[in-house]
Amino acid sequence: MTAHRRTLIHGWLLLLPAAVLLVGFTHYPAVATFLDSLFSTGTVIRPSRFVGAGNYRLLLDDPVFAKVLLNTVLFALGTVPAAIALALVMALWVNRRLPARGLVRLAYFTPTILPMIAVANIWLFFYTPGIGLLDQIGARFGLPGHNWLGDTDTVLGCLMVMTVWKEAGFFMIFYLAALQTLPPELFEAARLEGAGRWVVFRRLTFPLLMPTTLFVLINAVLNSFKLVDHLFILTKGGPDNASNLLLYYIYETAFSFFDTAYAATLTMVLLALLAVLGVGQFLLLDKRVHYR
Amino acid sequence: MMKAVKTAVLGAVCAGVLGLTAPAEAKTELTMYYPVAVGGPLTAVVDSMIADFEAANPEIDVNAIYAGNYNDARIKALAALNAGEPAQLSVMFSIDIYDLIEQDAIVAFDDVVKTDADKAWLESFYPALMENGRTLGKTWGVPFQRSTIVMYYNKDAFRDAGLDPEHPPATWDELAEMGKKLTTDDRWGVMIPSTGYPYWMFGALTKQNGQVLMDADGKETYFDDPAVIAALDYWRALATEHKAMPEGTIEWGTLRQNFLEGKTAIMWHSTGNLTAVKKNAGFDFGVAMLPASVQRGTPTGGGNFYLFKQSTDAEKAAALKLVKFMTSPERSAQWSMETGYIGISPAAYQTQALKDYVADFPPAAVARDQLEFATAELSTYQTGRVRKLLDDAIQAALTGAKSPEAALTEAQAEADRLLKPYR
Repeated sequence: MTAHRRTLIHGWLLLLPAAVLLVGFTHYPAVATFLDSLFSTGTVIRPSRFVGAGNYRLLLDDPVFAKVLLNTVLFALGTVPAAIALALVMALWVNRRLPARGLVRLAYFTPTILPMIAVANIWLFFYTPGIGLLDQIGARFGLPGHNWLGDTDTVLGCLMVMTVWKEAGFFMIFYLAALQTLPPELFEAARLEGAGRWVVFRRLTFPLLMPTTLFVLINAVLNSFKLVDHLFILTKGGPDNASNLLLYYIYETAFSFFDTAYAATLTMVLLALLAVLGVGQFLLLDKRVHYR
Repeated sequence: MMKAVKTAVLGAVCAGVLGLTAPAEAKTELTMYYPVAVGGPLTAVVDSMIADFEAANPEIDVNAIYAGNYNDARIKALAALNAGEPAQLSVMFSIDIYDLIEQDAIVAFDDVVKTDADKAWLESFYPALMENGRTLGKTWGVPFQRSTIVMYYNKDAFRDAGLDPEHPPATWDELAEMGKKLTTDDRWGVMIPSTGYPYWMFGALTKQNGQVLMDADGKETYFDDPAVIAALDYWRALATEHKAMPEGTIEWGTLRQNFLEGKTAIMWHSTGNLTAVKKNAGFDFGVAMLPASVQRGTPTGGGNFYLFKQSTDAEKAAALKLVKFMTSPERSAQWSMETGYIGISPAAYQTQALKDYVADFPPAAVARDQLEFATAELSTYQTGRVRKLLDDAIQAALTGAKSPEAALTEAQAEADRLLKPYR
């Protein structure tokens, strides 16, 4: 056996455990899902048969699919930039010398520790008309109550606010860690040059944080597609699908309607969306990120 | 030498296998999945009932597995069957019947019962509770944990509004009229929940208006029937016209809290909430039948026993024995008192225990008395999809996105498309 060959085998053996897990739990399910999406859902009475793109054509005629896709995009647009901006502001704030800085940091991080189901149960009672926190505060100022989750115009916004609240603390931790690694001499130099705070932030802090922002952005976007736990508690996608998101619709299709083939088709759409977004972010933003 | 060792090992393994299987053959083992859909430590109640059964039938071993809510129970039981795990019976949602038949997972009780006594037992339940369990001329589900919708009302609020607290609204007009009077700046007159299970509440309104939502074969729906559209018009009008109910959808999960805090004078909810309301209401409350338009009406709800096909005859006989035990008048009475679910047979209400309980707490009898006007819960082939169509239509109408007529006509067209292959 040549040395080269031995290195090769050695290398593959080292890769094997990770590769087996990756293939078994990521690649194989993705391929199997794609194959499932080409067949009709089988029952004992009507066996599954090959339908080609038939399930994909159904997508085009499905008004609920159009609605959940739009909702998912709105949900991502509404939560991602807001959560990142809030995380950055919070990180800058708790990075300074504050009284009880540890407590403030902990407070900002608390929502992240809570499970989404618990958060949804808490916010359900914030939003409840009449007895909810929101309406009770509103009543102090003489505002009329509002049926927050029961109104198609406000329900998605309510979910976004809750998600931002839940997510921002998590992203703050990354920003905070990044801020503490920034070289202080740059900031001292900037101050000597007489740069104002805003200029320092815009020309120095923010560009230096770009690698973190890219990382946080990708995670935030993926999360906005993956987080649906709260729907089980808060709205079940209602009223009239006004708060239904793609992943929850997949769950409904698979486990409530038993239409596994159509669920597989919807899953392929979700996979494709995530792949495009992930690759797109790297390609577009990577050029603008300043790595040291 | 090697051969001798092999033989010895093989012999030992065989002996071990035989030794393990021998006692198991003497006993029939049953695996049962069951859901819990309301609050409270109900798994303990089920466990104690199973223990009583095993004590009375030492030749049968029951493995009762708590499987979450109705949806989880169905998914777990079907997954177990698909994976070849043994499961002989299960408590599942009464409306899962068509899905289970289509999956070829269950057998009809008619094919398992043998004696006349068993056949008489199949006829011993309230007829309204059997509607969701019968199709294709056979009985597939036997009632276990069953409920109806009842009207809870706050008697203090009635007094406050100058209404007779012993005269809850008995008609739609009275409900609208009284609801309006009961509404103040700080309190709504009436709330009918419209998330979670809107089709269930709507089934009550349509039945009251003289129309059911589907046929007995699960192949036709009547969503665009004029009486059904009128029922949704009325539901919406309670908010828009009579101003007795908040606009938009009303959350199922927080409604009880709204009622307990006096934010609504009347709520429609499952009988399953009775024990919780009784424990937590800080005011004088009453329970009444739902009001009538042309008649009274409510759908039934809850879980039935099903027998799975993949089991031996001995297992089926043992499973039948267990179902008969769990649905006996004494067990049903015990179950009803611990939960608020209905006693499932007239005989259950003849037991001393339940007689005493009802005499002491009359609201416990309202659900039973209402059974006379009850109908099946919405259940068809493709039931998940059809149900969602109706849920979406109801919510679209209640939020003002569509008119009741437009929403229901669309839902009917879509339901027709889904059910066509079954006709």
